[in-house]
Amino acid sequence: MTNHWIDFQNSDCILIMGSNPAENHPICWKWVTKAQERGSTVVHVDPRFTRTSAKADMHFMLRSGSDIAVLGGMINYILSNDLIFKDYVVNYTNASFLVSGKFGFKDGLFAGYDAQKRAYDKSNWAFEVDADGVPKKDPTLQDPRCVYQLLKKHYARYDLKKVAGISGMPKDDLVKLYKAYAATGKRDKAGTILYAMGWTQHTVGVQNIRAMCMIQLLLGNIGIAGGGVNALRGESNVQGSTDQGLLFHILPGYLPTPASALNSLAVYNEKNTPVSKDPKSANWWQNRPKYMASFLKSMWEETEPEQSYSWLPKIDPGGSGAYSWLALFDKMSKGQFKGFFAWGMNPACSGANANKTRKALANLDWMVNVNLFENETGWFWQGPDMDPKTIKTEVFFLPCAASIEKEGSITNSGRWMQWRYAGPSPYGESKPDGDIIAHLFKEIQALYKKEKGVLSEPILKATWNKTNKHGEFDPHATAKLINGAFLKDVTIGDKVYKKGEQVPSFAMLQADGSTTSGNWLYAGSYTDKNKAALRDTKQTSEQAAIGLFPNWSWCWPVNRRILYNRASCDPTGKPWNQAKAVVSWNAADKKWIGDVPDGPWAPEAKYPFIMTKEGFGQIFGPGLNDGPFPEYYEPLECPVSGHPFSKQLHNPTAIAFEGEDKAVCDPRYPFVCSTYRVTEHWQTGVLTRWLPWLIEAEPQMFCEISPELAKLRGIANGDKVTVSSLRGSLWAVAIVTPRLKPFKVQGQTLHQVGIPWHFGWIHPKDGGDSANLLSPSVGDPNTGIPETKAFMVNVRKA
Amino acid sequence: MNGKSFFVDLSKCTACRGCQVSCKQWKKLPAEKTVNTGSHQNPADLSFNTLKVVRFSERVDKGKVRWFFLPDQCRHCVEPPCKMASSVEGSILHDQATGAVVFTPLTAQEDFEIIRGACPYDIPRQDPVTKVMSKCDMCIDRVRAGMLPACVKTCPTGAMNFGDRDEMLKLAQKSLAGVKKKWPKAQLVNADDVRVIFLAVEEPEFYAKTLMAQASEQMRFATRRDLLAQLLRPVRSMTSV
Repeated sequence: MTNHWIDFQNSDCILIMGSNPAENHPICWKWVTKAQERGSTVVHVDPRFTRTSAKADMHFMLRSGSDIAVLGGMINYILSNDLIFKDYVVNYTNASFLVSGKFGFKDGLFAGYDAQKRAYDKSNWAFEVDADGVPKKDPTLQDPRCVYQLLKKHYARYDLKKVAGISGMPKDDLVKLYKAYAATGKRDKAGTILYAMGWTQHTVGVQNIRAMCMIQLLLGNIGIAGGGVNALRGESNVQGSTDQGLLFHILPGYLPTPASALNSLAVYNEKNTPVSKDPKSANWWQNRPKYMASFLKSMWEETEPEQSYSWLPKIDPGGSGAYSWLALFDKMSKGQFKGFFAWGMNPACSGANANKTRKALANLDWMVNVNLFENETGWFWQGPDMDPKTIKTEVFFLPCAASIEKEGSITNSGRWMQWRYAGPSPYGESKPDGDIIAHLFKEIQALYKKEKGVLSEPILKATWNKTNKHGEFDPHATAKLINGAFLKDVTIGDKVYKKGEQVPSFAMLQADGSTTSGNWLYAGSYTDKNKAALRDTKQTSEQAAIGLFPNWSWCWPVNRRILYNRASCDPTGKPWNQAKAVVSWNAADKKWIGDVPDGPWAPEAKYPFIMTKEGFGQIFGPGLNDGPFPEYYEPLECPVSGHPFSKQLHNPTAIAFEGEDKAVCDPRYPFVCSTYRVTEHWQTGVLTRWLPWLIEAEPQMFCEISPELAKLRGIANGDKVTVSSLRGSLWAVAIVTPRLKPFKVQGQTLHQVGIPWHFGWIHPKDGGDSANLLSPSVGDPNTGIPETKAFMVNVRKA
Repeated sequence: MNGKSFFVDLSKCTACRGCQVSCKQWKKLPAEKTVNTGSHQNPADLSFNTLKVVRFSERVDKGKVRWFFLPDQCRHCVEPPCKMASSVEGSILHDQATGAVVFTPLTAQEDFEIIRGACPYDIPRQDPVTKVMSKCDMCIDRVRAGMLPACVKTCPTGAMNFGDRDEMLKLAQKSLAGVKKKWPKAQLVNADDVRVIFLAVEEPEFYAKTLMAQASEQMRFATRRDLLAQLLRPVRSMTSV
């Protein structure tokens, strides 16, 4: 999130699209309710009517997967009716930038597409620069090559008729939605977006969110109270795990995983450190070498960063198509690796195309499964259609402690790092994950010491003792290591920091190896005290006006509660909306008051979007793999053979695997299906299916269908039905409900159904199996996330 | 002191069922073996082991879908008809300090049909084996220790509130005034007669037939009509605010 949970209360219009927070983030509904009591309009756009819709002021239905049509239509509506927040757009976004003549767009493809590689050459999407290397701008927004004009041209195609025709959302509803949301393009109004997996889990997942980011920039909604782009994370600490680099493409603190071609730290730094020639651009990532060196020193304190860089694992070209979840299981299914840790995850149920995943597990020699309870992954060899006699995989199950049985921090969606203490002792022989990892590492290190082996140095020289106290894993020591410390006396300005002192903030990190920091974003979290453990409601009157609570827990970066907050002020530092000021410039004292600002500089000295190279919010986004503007494409499995925006039916860069068929206008699989969650279960249900009071409330796999489809298929409410796709089939109890409705798409009646993904064969025995038996292994070209929110199925009475 | 009351603002209830689960957790009540019957409501009804159940009700009004949620429980009537209908001393207690209506194991000696029939909200349930009856007891153990009832403590949205009756009535009136701007038909259900005051945004029957006591309700058990007619007089005079 750019903002935080409490901040929802400050919004004038809360758009909920691609999420179902009343059900899946129930605690946050308190703040949505508060906003409503203050007069906010809550709009829910979703293929279903959910518990969220029941509480929203407006609810509109769209066919799953058609979001970019609806959002592109909103951009068109905003531009055609000139509803942008012009001062913001001109001063803070790249709308005025001139784009190079090499850029173009024709029939669904951007310039630079290589059909063979199914990839773009992004050098075609650069900005024009002047003699000093600074992007050329036209603040009047009239130049036909400026981003604003290119944007206008791109989305002029997204008229109401076309959008309604493909999304199934009636024209009147579209106008109501656009009107309600575009009303936040005023200086004293704030609109926010709450999204979740309903947007990410598509082959255009990243572009769904990009489209909304662009709308937020056009309306001046980034950096302000009650605004922002807010991802509701699906797991209490998934923000923390992303921050700490639990993905293939990033190290902790969003440092790119080194590519194999970058054979030295110097080359890595050169490649990954953006350079801006504009003195007003803070270009914060210019500090990357400091963060990388400090990270390397946190791993290997006694070794020079240049040397320890060579020990980091490197990735070959191919990106998410080669390394993400889907690729991992594709490689496993081809027997390309032998050992596997399934740690706190249940891929036999959680990954798309679960049958493929389950079969792949049988190709392993060994698997270590760390979890609370018996689960479909560790016990896959006992599962449906498996013959244990023919499966060689040796499985080691390590029971781990539950979250309440261990101490440590979690980082919530609002980037708050919150310390938690252990409640009851771990049950039986189960251990906290940190202890399991520590024991494992000690054993591995001992084996390397004894038996040597290839490239043993990184294992032998790792500064492992820094995570320990008396030889045991210690969450406090680890949190301190993540914060970082000075390795020798360092003078910064007129202050001397002593060797061994904790670094007070990432501003003090050094590129020469004199500081450590396991994650630069967390520098400042654990200094002389553990700030994540702060529970003080004290705040200034400015902070109280918007509920910032800066002394309650700690938030990355540097306790800044709202990102890009300098954009909440006009270029002189005066808040656009004084009543809900996030920061404001005190000219007399020459400092900002309110939230921690995005840098201490005077308002005119630096542009507010400090994390982008140029310092401007990116309406034109030249960095993604599938284009600088979101473009409409159908899901890889879809019920139509064409759409009105181009001849390019699907995202041309989407991840797919050879030999896996897709149902496109396949009469055997005529219905659109989406997977989702219910309040009562968590993830694949590996925890919640074992909790009697929760399984009592949602006991069995169900399939929600409309009364119209029920009639068509002769299904009565409560009947058992079979839901099938090209990849598998499962049984479910039919919930026939007017909360689902057929869509009119291109003049045809289309049905959509929905199934939860919480069930699995292992428990309860009459609970059903995983929704992912049906979903396809296709994914977004940027993140690799699978498209489980829109695929094609059949439903018939069992 | 006018005892305690709940105020339940249904405009804020999202049917997260935190109250349903926390009730079972505090009371250490076992889960029932349930199946999906084509509804999210589960267990399907109150039982000896389910003292609180969130009822889900779908309606289509002029082509628009509406979904109503009711966390159903004992209303702790100001003049409890169940107690008036009881014939065994000590089986149903009416706590003076809080106003809580509490069933004891002596309810096993009562005639269940009479007790259940006396309740205008159809709350009491019976253990088929021991014949003991059960229902919500206002978490009187918690309340006496200065704590909130488990369901109120758990509610994330502010739908469930608990406190001194006078304060709850004030809060109810204030909330009603706010909710009426959006929902002109909003009303407090039987507020003068119960200690669990629901704020409904529409007709109470949209939520469940038993949300509001019906003045015209027919007796379930004709043979005891006279007795019950007399006992139910206070209930029949209940009106919505």
